Amino acid sequence: MPDPILSIRDLTVEFKTEDGVVQAVTDVTYDLQPGEVLGIVGESGSGKSVSMLTIMGLSPQATIPKGEAFFKGEDLLKLPPKRLREIRGGDMAMIFQDPMTSLNPVLTVGDQISEAVMTHNPDMSKGGARDRTVELLQIVGVPFAERRVDQYPHEFSGGMRQRAMIAMSIANNPSVLVADEPTTALDVTIQAQIVEVLKKAREETHAAIVLITHDLGLIAELADRVVVMYAGRVVELSDVFTIFNEPRHPYTVGLMNSLARVDMEQEWLQPIPGQPPSMIAPPPGCAFHPRCSFSNGRLVCRTDVPALRQIGDSALHVSRCHFAEELEQAHVVAGAAALEEA
Amino acid sequence: MTDRIPAGDQSPQDLESVLIASDTAGLPASAHGQMGSLALPEEPPGPAGSPEQAMVSPQDLALSQQQGLEPTARSQWAYARLRFFRHRMAVLSLLVLIAIGFVAIFAKQIAPYEFDELDLDNITSGPTFADKHLFGTDLLGRDYLSRVIFGLRTSLWVAFFVAILSTTIGTTVGALAGYYGGIVDNLLMRFTDLILTLPGLAVLLTAAAFFGAGDPLKVGLILALLFWTSLARIVRGVFLSLREKEYIEAAKASGASDARIILRHMLPNSLGPIIVNTTLVVAAAILVEAALSFLGFGIQPPNPALGSLIATGQAEGTDLWWLVTFPGLVIVVIALAINFIGDGLRDALDPTQRRVRA
Repeated sequence: MPDPILSIRDLTVEFKTEDGVVQAVTDVTYDLQPGEVLGIVGESGSGKSVSMLTIMGLSPQATIPKGEAFFKGEDLLKLPPKRLREIRGGDMAMIFQDPMTSLNPVLTVGDQISEAVMTHNPDMSKGGARDRTVELLQIVGVPFAERRVDQYPHEFSGGMRQRAMIAMSIANNPSVLVADEPTTALDVTIQAQIVEVLKKAREETHAAIVLITHDLGLIAELADRVVVMYAGRVVELSDVFTIFNEPRHPYTVGLMNSLARVDMEQEWLQPIPGQPPSMIAPPPGCAFHPRCSFSNGRLVCRTDVPALRQIGDSALHVSRCHFAEELEQAHVVAGAAALEEA
Repeated sequence: MTDRIPAGDQSPQDLESVLIASDTAGLPASAHGQMGSLALPEEPPGPAGSPEQAMVSPQDLALSQQQGLEPTARSQWAYARLRFFRHRMAVLSLLVLIAIGFVAIFAKQIAPYEFDELDLDNITSGPTFADKHLFGTDLLGRDYLSRVIFGLRTSLWVAFFVAILSTTIGTTVGALAGYYGGIVDNLLMRFTDLILTLPGLAVLLTAAAFFGAGDPLKVGLILALLFWTSLARIVRGVFLSLREKEYIEAAKASGASDARIILRHMLPNSLGPIIVNTTLVVAAAILVEAALSFLGFGIQPPNPALGSLIATGQAEGTDLWWLVTFPGLVIVVIALAINFIGDGLRDALDPTQRRVRA
């Protein structure tokens, strides 16, 4: 296996709030291989976005990150702001969730993209940046790019804006692209188009993509490997087929069972009971145990935080459950079928 | 303020919606331009409705754009301009102010006399067309129209100097405080509060007495150093809300430096309140400068300023009414005009206000 391009080690992020210290991310460790698509799934507040924002230096100042995040050999958490700025938007770029608010309303779309180009290529002429901008807009499928480059964001529809955002993010041929819920704010039909654009962007740049989402369909469509996060921790990590076919963490199983299916007769969706825990005072032991249907009130779940451990023969599948093996017998149908669809 | 998405966001102004519109009409986009002529019988049965034409070809699209069927794209500034020019009083005031500014700039050419030129035959003459003393003369026989014009020039100069300087200081302080927050914010804002709590007129008088005013530059400097506070607070507020915008985060994520984010992304988004505040400062500066000069601490004779003209005039009571009335009128007109312009600009630059005022 080649060296990972991004290697996160024991990342812990805390927020200081009025009510106490929020443990947003705890001991998160994973690698991103060059060119792969790594999906990060989890409920709202599970720390998916925070971990990526933190290593890019974009989280609020009140956060206290610990751990390491090696990007091409440099620890992002220890870099001086200036160097971090060179990396951001250059070799590591980000696509945001809501294209409606991610473009500055007083600047033309073209201005904003060429700004991203010129920030990282100070020698480039204005004309050169403009040509590059038009080219980028064409790559992401904005029609009449030469004309639309001079339009303002309010003259773009949501889908077109997200295309423009993607164009901006691939402006400098990044080797890592962080897509933070890139389709959540869009219509279903537009979502499908944006997935195609993301695939195109990936072909164009050969970038590794970190796909943060709670849309399991999107994961099945795009991801090579999946990180499942719960309450700020990685609870399961494996390749996408294993995650959908043989999940070995009750939370992952719950996610699969809560999927709406078109190929099966389902009277009810099976939600995961309960609410995500408070991150100020997370439950002792396994953070998932109050909602877990496999725990059966066993003491160890309530007292010990399970370690992330290898499942089966493959070192590539890890789960944070005391009783991961019991899940082998559990009937996990939903996930496998969902994957076939995709 | 500007913390909302511009209303333009909701308008279906882009290409896609135009395409959809032409699709549902069952017509190729190119036919829209001659919509009226389609009804005519001699018109060859157009491609309308035929299935292979349901797809809009690129050529048709290009044609539709040449024909200007796509709604004209307007920037926020274009909308602002449109709204401003529908505001009648603001436009009128702008014209008046331009005229006044013209008179002030070309005072030497326009004024019939020098401001200190004596006409000893016509001491304290009332307004008259004879000898071109339209505003009369003062106690020394100086043409009052000329003195008002030169006074206007001084007062306007001071006012714009104050406006530019105080806007620069206020914007800088507010922007830094709002963008960086934390300690920077605390220090700058407490300093602003300090200036704000100073009793204005007392400080002005003390400073004028201490530094020896009389020089328009010094008067302007003193005023500017007191006038920037309200703008600093406004700009700080705008920046605080802008800082949380996603497009600022997106700009950061694309590697933009702090200076770039402040100057290129946040400042243009706060221009509305800044411009409006600046116009109000101009009006206030003219009034305060007049008050200072009236109290004898502003521009010193023989240099005329509108305030000092009134001051000398009021000593003479109602007999020489023109000595007070004309400079007073000019002050009122300028202050009114600028306030109307400010009003118009506030309406025009408020992006949440889409409605165009009649």
